[in-house]
This record gives sequence, structure tokens and C-alpha cells, in this order.
Amino acid sequence: MADYTTIFGSLEHYQQGEAEIISGNVKHYAFSNIFAVASKSAPYEKVVVGKNLEYVIEAVRAEGTSPWFACSHDEFVIDMDGEVTIEFVKLENPNAVAPRDREGTVAVSGTPAGKRMGTVTLKRGHQALLPAGAAYRFIAARPGVLIMQTIFGALSVEKWAEICMQPQEEGVLA
Amino acid sequence: MALALDLVQASAPDEVTGYRSFTLGAFVLSRDAYFATIDWPAKGQRHIHKMPVDYFLRAMMRDVAWGFFYGWVNFDHIFGTRNLYGTVEMYAGRYNEGYHQAGLSYVETFDEPVIMATFKEILADWVNAGFDPFAAPEETSTSVFGKKNGSNPEAIERTRLNTQRMPGVAGDSPLRDEQKYPINRHFSDVSQEEPEVHAEPGFEGQLSAFNLFKYLSRSDVTWNPSVTGVCKASLACPTTEEFILPVFHGNDRVEWFIQLSDHIVWDVQDKETGRPRAMITMRAGDVAAMPADIRHQGYSPKRSMLFVWENASPGLPELYESGKLPVYPVEF
Repeated sequence: MADYTTIFGSLEHYQQGEAEIISGNVKHYAFSNIFAVASKSAPYEKVVVGKNLEYVIEAVRAEGTSPWFACSHDEFVIDMDGEVTIEFVKLENPNAVAPRDREGTVAVSGTPAGKRMGTVTLKRGHQALLPAGAAYRFIAARPGVLIMQTIFGALSVEKWAEICMQPQEEGVLA
Repeated sequence: MALALDLVQASAPDEVTGYRSFTLGAFVLSRDAYFATIDWPAKGQRHIHKMPVDYFLRAMMRDVAWGFFYGWVNFDHIFGTRNLYGTVEMYAGRYNEGYHQAGLSYVETFDEPVIMATFKEILADWVNAGFDPFAAPEETSTSVFGKKNGSNPEAIERTRLNTQRMPGVAGDSPLRDEQKYPINRHFSDVSQEEPEVHAEPGFEGQLSAFNLFKYLSRSDVTWNPSVTGVCKASLACPTTEEFILPVFHGNDRVEWFIQLSDHIVWDVQDKETGRPRAMITMRAGDVAAMPADIRHQGYSPKRSMLFVWENASPGLPELYESGKLPVYPVEF
């Protein structure tokens, strides 16, 4: 008998699950798939796939070099497909870039002012801290998929009707 | 805690099986070779409900490990607990439509330290040597059945890590030691390669990354989330799942799942009545919300990785219960 194989998804190969609704509406579950979302997203578009009041999980298509981002609080990124390098800069004046009273990811104009902190290179399954007070950008030679744990911000994009399973899509696949 | 322990009411060991019975308010909890029995009063009589004792102990282990969790922990369709954060309701039949409408349900509220101390004493007495209630059935012995045969404190007293930001960050919870936590047999193909971290001089220790999938591949428990990312009250709580979630978790807030690997089938029911609502099959990359008015139980045929995402903001149960927050996470 063969060993167990762990099944991960990717942009090239994913299969969304099924919903068999007995009572209610499949929309209540906001059921989407991060690889399906990223397959239709612009590079580094931050598409909200999970929302719990102000908190969000975003699916991000990593492709090429991103703009610089910053945040007033810690964020976290998990690489779900592909390889991505993150460059970090310690901001000279973080409150001017990402004010403490502003939540979520913010865009940094131009090149951030500050010292280079270094780089982190992630592959599938790796998680990195995007610390408050640092600017960061992603570099991906090939398309990949990231998920980010953060707070809803000016760059967060909601398009639930496009990404979530609709009532006519319910059912169990044969 | 010593005071709460003093309030635990336990019988002498049964002459035949060796197990103690426990009294919590008007409830009496006992076990024999195969079954746990819950005994409660209603309509002037005593009523009983039986559960296979391995199922009961797996459920009770999660209730203890999770600190009664967010909302309802239904051990099955009859018995369970509801966390009121400071006090805990214990119920029989309250969230079973048939029992409740017949007037046969019973609810009693206990101070959290008292019910916690009692549950821990039940686990200490009823879990035999060799049985690990956190393990998948294939990974542990059937010594849970039969007469009392030793104990397994190592299994039931695992320490829950208290992560402040992310495991592996300087001063935070540690990553899993490769010697102490071997790779689970279902995850032997999961890459153990760590991320590359290159810090410039002066920034050593300020950049942090780890292999989350490696971390999960070495988990020695099932259906027991541990925090790996803290963004204010947003908690990333990934976990590894195999066999059945030993409880029906009833939500007192919206909860989200991201299936990281393999698949889980979720049996979703109405939180109040237990009527069926949906069967949701989540595959790798799928994201789904569990609304605040449901209970759910998962089935994972192969050990899988699940990213459980919680909002620990205080006061949420009252906001949902009062209707000030919709039970569904988004409208579209």
C-alpha cells in the first residue's frame, strides 16, 4: 500500500469543495477558494476572503515586484503557493507613513525612508511576521498565492459576489 | 485552584470497575466499562443519557483544553457546556428539540473553576494508561474500555502555549522541537525546509519567519488549535485534524476556516435545535465562515491542516445574541 499523500492547492491545481444546503443559503458561509480568487486577481490585489468585523484574511496573488507597504500593527503572511522574497525597511518615521490610528495595510509612496532590515524568502507553507514600524515589499519571479492576516484597510478589496459560491452552484460533485 | 479542587464531589471507587462517580450540582456523571452516563433531574424524575466513553473523554478533553472555548461545546446531541466567561452552563437536552419541548432538559450554571476542577478530576480518574484522548483512534490504544487500569497524566495535562505574536519570534512561544515532536505518519511528505531569513547587521532577531506546515506536521494532537498569529484580537489558530471533531461546536460568534491541506466534511446544524443545515466539504484552499447561529462537527478521513480563525474581541456573544450584530459575516 502507498503512503499517504498530503494534498495542497496551487494556482495550477486546485479543486473547490462542495456545499449541500439542507436549510438556509450557501451565501451564509461566504464559501470561496484562495487559489480561485488569486487566479483572477491583479498582482498584489488584496482580496478579502474572510472578514470578522474589522479583521480580515486577504488572498493575494504574488507576481513580480509589489509596491511598498507598511502598517501600524503587526500583520502576518503565509505562502500558500510559489516562492516569494520579502524586503524590509525600518521606517525612520513610521507614524508619518502608517499612523497609529489607521488600521490595515497602507501604501508607501516611492521608496521608504529608513535602513534596510534584510530579506525573508518564503516557500509554500512558510509564515512571516510583517512587523509594525517596517515597510515591506514582495518579489515573486513566478505567480504565487499568499494569505494575509491583517485588519481591513484602504487597500482591502471586497468582491464577495464574484468570489463566493452562489446558490446555483450548490451540490455535491459527482 | 485548591479551593475549587476541594469542591469536587467524587464517590469512592466502584467495587467492580474501580471508577469514581462525580456530582456537579444536580448532575451525576459516572462511567462503566464502555459508557459514560449523565444523570439529571427533570419533571420530578431522574433521567439518564449514555455516550460511548471514548467519545465522552475526547469531548471532555477538548472542553478542558480549550477552557470551555467560544460558546457551546456539545459532547453530543444531548449533553454539553456553554461558556459564559466566568461561569459555565452544563446542560442535558437543552439544545435537543425533542427533549427540550418535552420539558426534559436541564441546565445548571457553575463557577468556572469548580466545573474545570471537576472535569480535570474526571479525566484523571477515567483516562486509563495508554489511552490518549487527543490522539486519533488509530494512534492510541483501546485501553479506555474495561476496568480502571492506571492513568495517563502526560496525555491529559499537556501545556497550552501562550503565543503573544508568532511562534519563534524572540521572547515568544517556541517552535516544535524535532526530537520531542516527530513528523506525524500522515505528513511524512510535508517539506521540513525552513524559510531563509537574512537580517542586515543591527537587525538580527527583528525579522522572523517559520515553516507553519512543518510546525503542523509535528503536532501530537488532533482538533486542538494553537495560536500562531496575533493581530490585536484576531487569532490565527491552525490545527491538525483526523477522524471526527469530538464535539459539535456551537458558535457564539462568527468563526472562519481555511483548509490548508486535504479535506474536511462539516456537518452543520442549527445551534438551538440541532436540525440539519448543511454539509460543507472544504478542500485545500477553501475558505468558509461558520455563522454565529450554528453548531458544526468535522470529519477528516486523513490528517489535514486547518486554519481556524477567531475574533477574541470581548463582548461579542452579547452583540450577536441581542441582534446588534448579524449572525452572518458578510452580505452580498
